[in-house]
Amino acid sequence: MKKNKLNSYNSQYFLAYILIAPAVIYLLCIVGWPLIETFRLSFTNSSIAGEDYVGFENYEKLLSSSKFSKIAIRTFVWTFFSVLLKLIIGMIGAVLLNASLRGRSFFRILVLPPWVVPIAIGALGWMWVYNGHFGILSGIGIRLGILDGPFSFLAYKNSAFIATMVTDIWVGVPFVTLFFLAGMQAIPRDLYEAAYCDGAGRFNRWYHITLPQLTPVIITMSLISAVSTFVSFDIIYILTEGGPRGATTTLIIDTYKMALGNYKFGKGSARAVMIVIMISTFAIAYFYLLSRINKKVSHG
Amino acid sequence: MDKYSLHLKIFLYLSIAVFFIFILLPFVEMFYASLRPLKHIFRSPYQFYSDDLSFWAYREMWNTVPLLGRYIFNSFFMAITVTFFTLLFVIPAAYSYARFNFPFKQGSLWILLAVNMFSGAVLLIPLFKLLRYFDLLNTYFAMIVPGIAFCIPTSIWLLKAYFEKIPVELEEAAYCDGASRMDILFRIIAPLSTPGIAVTAIYAFIQAYAQQFLFAITFNSIREYMPIVSGLTEFIGYQSVKWNEMMAASIVGVFPVLIVFIFLQKYIVEGLTAGAIKN
Repeated sequence: MKKNKLNSYNSQYFLAYILIAPAVIYLLCIVGWPLIETFRLSFTNSSIAGEDYVGFENYEKLLSSSKFSKIAIRTFVWTFFSVLLKLIIGMIGAVLLNASLRGRSFFRILVLPPWVVPIAIGALGWMWVYNGHFGILSGIGIRLGILDGPFSFLAYKNSAFIATMVTDIWVGVPFVTLFFLAGMQAIPRDLYEAAYCDGAGRFNRWYHITLPQLTPVIITMSLISAVSTFVSFDIIYILTEGGPRGATTTLIIDTYKMALGNYKFGKGSARAVMIVIMISTFAIAYFYLLSRINKKVSHG
Repeated sequence: MDKYSLHLKIFLYLSIAVFFIFILLPFVEMFYASLRPLKHIFRSPYQFYSDDLSFWAYREMWNTVPLLGRYIFNSFFMAITVTFFTLLFVIPAAYSYARFNFPFKQGSLWILLAVNMFSGAVLLIPLFKLLRYFDLLNTYFAMIVPGIAFCIPTSIWLLKAYFEKIPVELEEAAYCDGASRMDILFRIIAPLSTPGIAVTAIYAFIQAYAQQFLFAITFNSIREYMPIVSGLTEFIGYQSVKWNEMMAASIVGVFPVLIVFIFLQKYIVEGLTAGAIKN
């Protein structure tokens, strides 16, 4: 930081804090306090009727219930494959949109709608696509003879699980694509030219230059995607409400139903705390990974 | 560098086509469905082509759901209010982060990012209690108050990057000429950073518009205050779902946002990605 008159001004801490105070105070009220309150409530049996402290009872019940561990595993599987496919499709999309082809700038705009449109409305479109009687997937399936008759993708356990995942991938792909694309454009061109002169083919240039250079962005996007996928709510709630027979009930849907469907705030809070702990674990693992990679880069 | 061969070019264009079929499929389906008469939508087996397309649903939807206009208005009204208050909180904060060094600066910036991670859904229970305590449930504020909080963090990061681009020498010169801090912020920084503030505003607006669903279904049960995303459920009637009108209303509801975004996308995308790539 450059020394200058403004920064040597003595009362600057005071002014700096005054300027950020409104935002910080607001966030403390709307995010900070609720976070602490969630922890507190998780040790109570709070409901509409009132609340009493019950110690670790909510957690004990939660951790010993096979239903909860099933939901947790399901959430991890759902998140893992959704994020993996977002990254793979996002990478393919970025490579395609980075190719110097005619119409490139148009394609870069065309990729944005799933991200801009409210998820709830995008999900409505997918609900239509998945419909057995008039959805296009079922229609194509029948025409091609893959399906015997109308197939409602959201009505069966496995297909509903995959269908909600596909919609989630669809929502996430534009964002991942954009960041990968921006990352690719920041890679110095001479790296590619040098590799080209050394006779490296397209795939080799991608594998030995693009991929390593993009690693920090890939890791950042994995974290952002993992967190938002883990608590993805709108899509599942609109498409299946967690059904059929619980096949798409993830932790966040379970938490929501417990807390605001049954008004069991205490039990719901214990579930919310579990989610917070899991997300924090992701984040810590991410920063650990990132710092190790940065070390590697700076050491050569 | 090597040029694309014809085969490769064809392959790339085909891949792009497949990619965009995936991206645009639900929108195309929605639009197509909105053009078809209700009784033909249910025609089985599925028809790829239909010769009876019309914009009839776009007229009829206003009669089926009389409050539709109100819902669209609500969505915009709430998103604009959220944007306004977000800017009010974010402009001074972002300026402070861009220009000052103070203890706990970097730490608090990371905490801001963490706020993004605990999306609204995790905090719904205390938020519900908070809003009930202040008697804000079933009002516009039930959706606006939490909406602002989740727009603040990213907006600060976005705007901070813009403020940092304005040369500090300009401020120093004004300072030497005897201008006060407030003069500097409002006379020099604000006019110079109008594009940055505009981008932040658009970002906040889109975010606010998108996140309405969760807050609306949880904190509001009064029809008059519903945003379009939850108002759409009214097309699901007792006997039949007016799918074509529902799809038409969805399209009308998001169209203005989409248009604004397409015109400004370059700036928003640059602003959002710049910070992440640099780090």
